[in-house]
Amino acid sequence: MVTYIIRRTLGALLILFVVSLATFLIFFGLPRLAGATPETFAARYVGKTADAQTQQMYAEKLGFYDPLYEQYGRWIGAVFTGTEYDYGTGVEQCEAPCFGYSFRTNQPVWEDLLDRLPVTGSLALGASIIWLLTGVAVGVLSALRRGSFFDRAAMTGALAGVSLPPYFTGLMFLYFFSYKMGVTAPGASYTPFADDPAEWAYNLILPWITLALLNAAAYARFTRAGMLDTMGEDFVRTARAKGLTEGVVVTKHGLRAALTPIITIFGMDVGLLLGGAILTESTFSLKGLGYFAIDAIGKQDFPQIMGVTMFAAFFVVVANLIVDLLYAVVDPRVRLS
Amino acid sequence: MNTVISPRQDPTKTPFLELRDLKIHFPTDDGLVKSVDGLSFSLERGKTLGIVGESGSGKSVSSLGILGIYHRRNATMSGEIWLDGQELVSASQDTVRGLRGKRMAMIFQDPLSAMHPYYTVGAQIIEAYRVHNKVSKKVARKHAIDLLARVGIPQPDKRVDDYPHQFSGGMRQRAMIAMALSCDPELLIADEPTTALDVTVQAQILDLMRDLQREFNSALIIITHDLGVTAELADDVLVMYGGKCIEYGTATEIFENPEHPYTWGLLGSMPRLDQAVTERLLPIKGTPPSLINVPPGCAFHPRCAYAEQTGGLDRTVVPELQLTGTSGHRVRCHLPAHTRQEIWRNEIKPNLEGVA
Amino acid sequence: MRNKGRVLAATTAVFALAVTAACGTGDDTPKPTEVKPEFNAALTAVFNPSDKKGGTLKMAISSDWDSVDPGDTYYGLSWNLLRLYGRSLVMFKPAAGSASSELVPDLAESLGVPSDGGKTWTYKLRAGVKFEDGTPITSKDVKYAVMRSMDKEVLVNGYTYFNDFLDLEATYKGPFKDKAADTKAIETPDDQTIVFHLKQAFGGFDYFAMLPATVPVPAKADTGVKYKEHVVASGPYMFDKYEAGKGFTLKRNPNWDPATDPNRKALPDAYDVKIGLNADDIDNQLISGDLHVDIAGTGVQPAALPKVLQDPALKAYADNPAVARLWYTSINPKVAPLDNIECRKAVMYAMDRTSYQAAFGGEFAGGQIATSIMPPQIPGYAPTNVFPAGADNKGDVEKAKAALTACGKPDGFEVTMGFRAERPKEKATAEAFQQALAKVGIKVTIKGFPVGDYFSLYAGKPSYRNSPTTGLGLMTNGWGADWNDGYGFLSQIVDSRVIRDSGGSSNLSVMIPEVDQLIDQALAETDVKKREALWAQIDKRVMEEAVILPGVWSKALTLRGKGVTNVFVNEAFGQYDYLSMGVAQ
Repeated sequence: MVTYIIRRTLGALLILFVVSLATFLIFFGLPRLAGATPETFAARYVGKTADAQTQQMYAEKLGFYDPLYEQYGRWIGAVFTGTEYDYGTGVEQCEAPCFGYSFRTNQPVWEDLLDRLPVTGSLALGASIIWLLTGVAVGVLSALRRGSFFDRAAMTGALAGVSLPPYFTGLMFLYFFSYKMGVTAPGASYTPFADDPAEWAYNLILPWITLALLNAAAYARFTRAGMLDTMGEDFVRTARAKGLTEGVVVTKHGLRAALTPIITIFGMDVGLLLGGAILTESTFSLKGLGYFAIDAIGKQDFPQIMGVTMFAAFFVVVANLIVDLLYAVVDPRVRLS
Repeated sequence: MNTVISPRQDPTKTPFLELRDLKIHFPTDDGLVKSVDGLSFSLERGKTLGIVGESGSGKSVSSLGILGIYHRRNATMSGEIWLDGQELVSASQDTVRGLRGKRMAMIFQDPLSAMHPYYTVGAQIIEAYRVHNKVSKKVARKHAIDLLARVGIPQPDKRVDDYPHQFSGGMRQRAMIAMALSCDPELLIADEPTTALDVTVQAQILDLMRDLQREFNSALIIITHDLGVTAELADDVLVMYGGKCIEYGTATEIFENPEHPYTWGLLGSMPRLDQAVTERLLPIKGTPPSLINVPPGCAFHPRCAYAEQTGGLDRTVVPELQLTGTSGHRVRCHLPAHTRQEIWRNEIKPNLEGVA
Repeated sequence: MRNKGRVLAATTAVFALAVTAACGTGDDTPKPTEVKPEFNAALTAVFNPSDKKGGTLKMAISSDWDSVDPGDTYYGLSWNLLRLYGRSLVMFKPAAGSASSELVPDLAESLGVPSDGGKTWTYKLRAGVKFEDGTPITSKDVKYAVMRSMDKEVLVNGYTYFNDFLDLEATYKGPFKDKAADTKAIETPDDQTIVFHLKQAFGGFDYFAMLPATVPVPAKADTGVKYKEHVVASGPYMFDKYEAGKGFTLKRNPNWDPATDPNRKALPDAYDVKIGLNADDIDNQLISGDLHVDIAGTGVQPAALPKVLQDPALKAYADNPAVARLWYTSINPKVAPLDNIECRKAVMYAMDRTSYQAAFGGEFAGGQIATSIMPPQIPGYAPTNVFPAGADNKGDVEKAKAALTACGKPDGFEVTMGFRAERPKEKATAEAFQQALAKVGIKVTIKGFPVGDYFSLYAGKPSYRNSPTTGLGLMTNGWGADWNDGYGFLSQIVDSRVIRDSGGSSNLSVMIPEVDQLIDQALAETDVKKREALWAQIDKRVMEEAVILPGVWSKALTLRGKGVTNVFVNEAFGQYDYLSMGVAQ
């Protein structure tokens, strides 16, 4: 078990390294092949009518003239040992893990990421609880009442839920609940949990529901399919033959088995979500990692792109590890080796 | 209709278990599946009934029907099931559930899939015990260990915490039996209890079941497609085909004087240790009938070598299950009794023995 | 799992409540004091005028702008907004209608006094103006601000007007490289006087003095790129909270003295600026009254546009200001057969101008059909239409065919048109060209290029656009002025000397020696009227060469938020004047 975790952790580090290298090459190597020069890179970060000299100067400052491996080495070096940053009238120490400073806003990327994590975390936490509970509940009821009106209505609703993008449902929710009726907070509202938990939940309820709707639908369909499978399993028949009540049969025997793959997917989904819920965050103007990522990519802010990619990759890798460990806990047949 | 009871049953007494014209039908999108279509038999405590048939003949469904696992929402059931003077088809689900596992229990085939993979063997036995007995977990655990010991599991106090996948096939089957026995049931139904096991283990399990039946004095129903198993254990044998009973009698009668061409087929395809499988004498041609579109007349006629000799009745009239001889032996066949007996004596039996 | 039923029930209840309420009508309590709103009511006059102070003006924008540091910003909206906390030497008059194109002194007592034939400009600062901490503002703070803004390695976002025009020493490095750096190009003989020495005469230097780089910065508070985290205020408001990339709030600056400032009303008590709001959500919040101003000022999103235009109640809250921006198509005279002016004329005549307008969103969201390069709000604008495209603006097929014959291509020719692939409006433009020119036999092949590389590698790079194999005869283009005058609008797009072999220039097709000369002449002219006439002349001359096909002069359909007082469009920015607005109490 311990060796397993050590091995997986080393594997995870390797994956993160490969991700960082791939991201670096995609944003710095590929454009070079397509004809971009250090000056055209620099041109993205300087004013709109900056002349060639300014571009060269800035390209020099950002080290774009150095060979790619040197630029990458500098980046990864800063992650482990930190670096210094010259802001014009002085020098600032950027402690490890230093993900550099934004080329546009000159903000330290690591601090920005840490600043945005609670927003995305809050969004992911609330939404995932809502979608897991509703999705599983609806899925179980649908499976038990297969073919009934409830089942058909729920599954049609689930299809709609999966098909409707958050920027549509989110804006509709905002329009009706926040602006027409004024019962929920308008867009861009966020209060840290520590400041005021009630306000925190009030501000996040619409984003939660919007994001949850998307996944609840998927989880309802998934749970339904899983329940239909497991309720036809021999061990469920055995449970009935023991004389257990139907409730115990459904939850302890049917759902317990159907839930295992769902927990796995849930873990992965939450991990993925911690890297940022791009559509929901932009719809509700929440300054989370997803919004950060889309902004960074749109503006080609390399340190930000690297930082947020590594952050997201980290969560996915960790979620993967946790899910695998969890799987061994919930399914005794799985052995970690 | 006349009641169909065990040949060894005293007609003046109420049997421990009696089925009267039990029908279990499943409505599906493709049509009505008549899994069990008018099944009657009876069984006393301490006796064993073997129900034999190919897969899809309705034997497993009828046993689950007795346990009351089907209900109004997914099946239509009619007829009567009497267990020790109590009618079960018309009883409430809750009543039947209270009997299930307590007075009647079932041993399923393929215990790897029949036991829950996420719970330990002990937990599953404890659960079965505690649902009907208000005892502490500790007491139930002690009981489970005793049961495991009784069915021959070595080191039961350790193995009780193992998961099903950690047991061998034979051990799992023993554990399954222990689970079924947890509440001392008076009726025990074993569905293909040895199918998944290799031959030496099969014999051990059959021995165990015989011993246990004697010890607990329970009524035992063995469901199998293998007449060999029936020969080992059964007092009575009931052969099912297309949801109906087609031959019913004492084990001796069925093995000595079988009268239905389908039973002959089963006897012919009995795997025997002294004979290569490929040399089975009378393989049954064709495939079991669809339970949605059961062939008209005698359900067996498309596969019957003697169908011509019925003068066309085979395709039009459903034969009745009628007494033949004097020992309570019943057969559902259009062929005249003497013709059947002659064919058995002159054509089938010599063939079977000739090779042996 | 025990809670699932309860959660489900609660969720259902929320939805049920929501649906019930959504079916009813929202209650719109009318604001009692507000005057009746009307479409374009704030376009040329002050709508809902008021002198009432108080309240918080709520503003938002969907995408961050470069910086709030006055020395490091190049966005019109930012220049509009920063007047709240910063005072440059000179400013555009905060007034409705064309009055706003007038320059008036702000930190200075009067407009600049030229000497040495327009090579030296002197300003005197008003007395009694203070920073937010109470320190008096001196000419040295203005000098320092300009000096720091010229270091493009640290403050990268701004313009290079001062770098280009000031008579700097070759060794000058700037205050970031050398704290003791000084230059004779800017002199401060006393605390109230600042003198700028230029390399060459420049008649429009007051426009430079209007630039936010002249907003004073105390040297001791300067933290380079981090100065934006706490800009020291000289205007009526100062920063309260600043969160990078998220927004900021402004509160009253206690050391601002209205007696020193005739231009600012300073009505609200505070400003709340949110950055990074969903663009569609901004429209909805403007409509609902949760928000007062969309700082971007570029108009409502396509989703809200039809709603606003069709609902009279909503349209009454909308204005349709013109922005000094031209969407146009460059006609490349270096690609055959467009090297022949007659073939270029054929394109000018044949193009359906209404389809150009439609491609950009029509009359309200797109703009007015342009007949020359300079937009009407630029001082000196003289209406001209060298190549009228028929009476209905749908193209003059006869004249186009005549021009083709004169060009020696009576059956038409083939040409490739480049556009920025990520811009649907430019793609629609290219398709409109395809359709309109096909009528006279000109076959247009359209080709999209990535926005980021359009000017650096393709259309903007002479070796690519003029190549016989990859040549681009037509290229979509667009230009907005840094400020509303001929120099700001024309110099970057019609001066042939800005074209560089390395690419990147916005001028793709204008190479007329006569125009270059006229530009030099206009630059040196200190007489405003004469200068403006020269710019109009340049406009007409470029049109005659048929190297630019003007499309639309940009307009935007903007919403003024509910409960906003004293609101009007400042033509200098083509946006509401953020300095003058108030909040209804």
